[in-house]
Amino acid sequence: MTHMTPMPATTYRRGELHEFRAAGNDFIYLVSAGAIFALDDGASAVLRQLGEREMSHAELVDALVDHGHARGDAEELIAELRYVRGIVSESVTPVPAVQPTSPPADFPLQALVLNITNQCNLACTYCYEFGADKIATPEGKPKYMTLETATASVDFLLAQSAGRQAVHITFFGGETLMNFKLLRQVVDYAREQAALQGRGVGFSLTTNATLLTDEIIDFLAGNDIGVTVSMDGPPDLQDKRRVDKRGRGTYRIIEPKLRKLIARHKSRAITARVTLTDGVTDVVRIYRHLKDDLGFDEIGFAPVTTNGDQDYAIDDRGMDGVLAEFHQLADEWLEYALRGQRHGFSNVSETIGELIQGVNKSHPCGAGLGLLGVSPSGDLSPCHRFTDADTHTLGHVSSGVDAAKREDFLARGHVSAKYECQTCWARPLCAGGCHHEAFVRYGDTGHANLHYCDWIRQWTDTCLRIYGAVSALNPQFLERFAERKALS
Amino acid sequence: MKHLRPVNRKAERIDQAASMIEEDVVALQQQQPPTPPKPHVPMGCTLSFSPGWEVDAGGGTAGLCQPVERDIYDCYVTCFWPVQVPDHVNYSPDWASNCAIATKDWRKLDLVFP
Repeated sequence: MTHMTPMPATTYRRGELHEFRAAGNDFIYLVSAGAIFALDDGASAVLRQLGEREMSHAELVDALVDHGHARGDAEELIAELRYVRGIVSESVTPVPAVQPTSPPADFPLQALVLNITNQCNLACTYCYEFGADKIATPEGKPKYMTLETATASVDFLLAQSAGRQAVHITFFGGETLMNFKLLRQVVDYAREQAALQGRGVGFSLTTNATLLTDEIIDFLAGNDIGVTVSMDGPPDLQDKRRVDKRGRGTYRIIEPKLRKLIARHKSRAITARVTLTDGVTDVVRIYRHLKDDLGFDEIGFAPVTTNGDQDYAIDDRGMDGVLAEFHQLADEWLEYALRGQRHGFSNVSETIGELIQGVNKSHPCGAGLGLLGVSPSGDLSPCHRFTDADTHTLGHVSSGVDAAKREDFLARGHVSAKYECQTCWARPLCAGGCHHEAFVRYGDTGHANLHYCDWIRQWTDTCLRIYGAVSALNPQFLERFAERKALS
Repeated sequence: MKHLRPVNRKAERIDQAASMIEEDVVALQQQQPPTPPKPHVPMGCTLSFSPGWEVDAGGGTAGLCQPVERDIYDCYVTCFWPVQVPDHVNYSPDWASNCAIATKDWRKLDLVFP
């Protein structure tokens, strides 16, 4: 009799995944892919058993047979779970660490954020550009972008976006409308240049709405320019920190202008961007006011960026309160979706849009990749939040991108360079969070935003459960949503 | 897949990839239904000088009337060969120097042991 070396028994454990339940179904979110699968009872049973301990192939098959599965079916079930990496086995093949690869170095630009002025007529106390945590160093630099710099920026965008059918320009500030004259010229010039190449160009702007006039509103509506209004809610909340230079609230100034804008401008969604600060955390009340009273299409919320020490920062209890109110609006979003209606809470809509695709991000956002910011002087930066910050200049519109600096920025920001993210199931969507937030908080754009981790995971789980419920009860809604989202 | 239902686009792509594996790709000779054993007919003595694909009736190369290595020249020049071939740029520059006209001199091609 020959002596044979026994084969090591194949033992299985659960792969990297997040389980959730919605509408009476079990689902898994697969972290290495960003894929979502609905499980049948057998698949749920396998994952439940492996949640208790690792099991050998034979044990697992036996357990499934005891559970009522035919032997062949049990084998098939295990093979399927193994294929999607819902279960893994080190003894068969070592599980390679699956990481999103880096985008190519010549990744074509898609969008520029033109900071057409770094001047502002307001003095919002929490402002990241002018407030206590500012990183911009605008001293001695131009305050308003010139037409020459703006046209050079457009040329730069068109030259660096080879292969894209359409590009996008976002106007930003300071207060964008303090340089409306240039905005208008850029729209005309960019349209003309793009048309010469047979390509398209879209526009949007962010404004505090104080300087809107009938003429401006007509121009924005007539040119399909998307408008995002920075505002914080009803009068008592808006006037708390969004004040002019003499400390006076701005609600009464912007309210009539907003009503005109919303009534007149129907070609693009008009959105509000709310900054949550200490005392400005009544998410539901703010949403109701902006959506129902003023008529915005969509409202997005984000907590203020701070180094953590500012008096306007939201503390942990405040953040728990924000999450509770987010959940209330999220439930409402689901009710709307099940009725086939769109809800205006962008924080859910954005995440659902990403879940439909199954994104698996190498970087938290397009900053430094498809998107760059341009300061009034023409300096390039990863995005508008780094405008005029000498520490983060990535070149100039006239000389192009500084490849070495950009590579350093992207290498730091890559999700696989963030140690804490490696064990987090929410990393395909979060990828460590905002580069700018990380710089303000930790002094390094490549630092994971650890102060948000629990929050992000809870929020992602909520959005997954909404996604699961809609996929089970009204799947057509997701299809239509994906199409419309792509158009908006 | 039977037990896992894809519910987003990434999952659908994984599902498609899985179904392609289920409908396995098979080589030409494996597609033939099982037939009774045939007499051994050496294959490979082709009239064409684009060899490289001959196999014998068993699907191997042992029964060919000439060594399979004779095919290498054509595989190397016009085709791909899934394993190493003599590299007449770097290692064996004179490998084919005795074979001026392949139709006449093919016997002079020999094996190369780098």
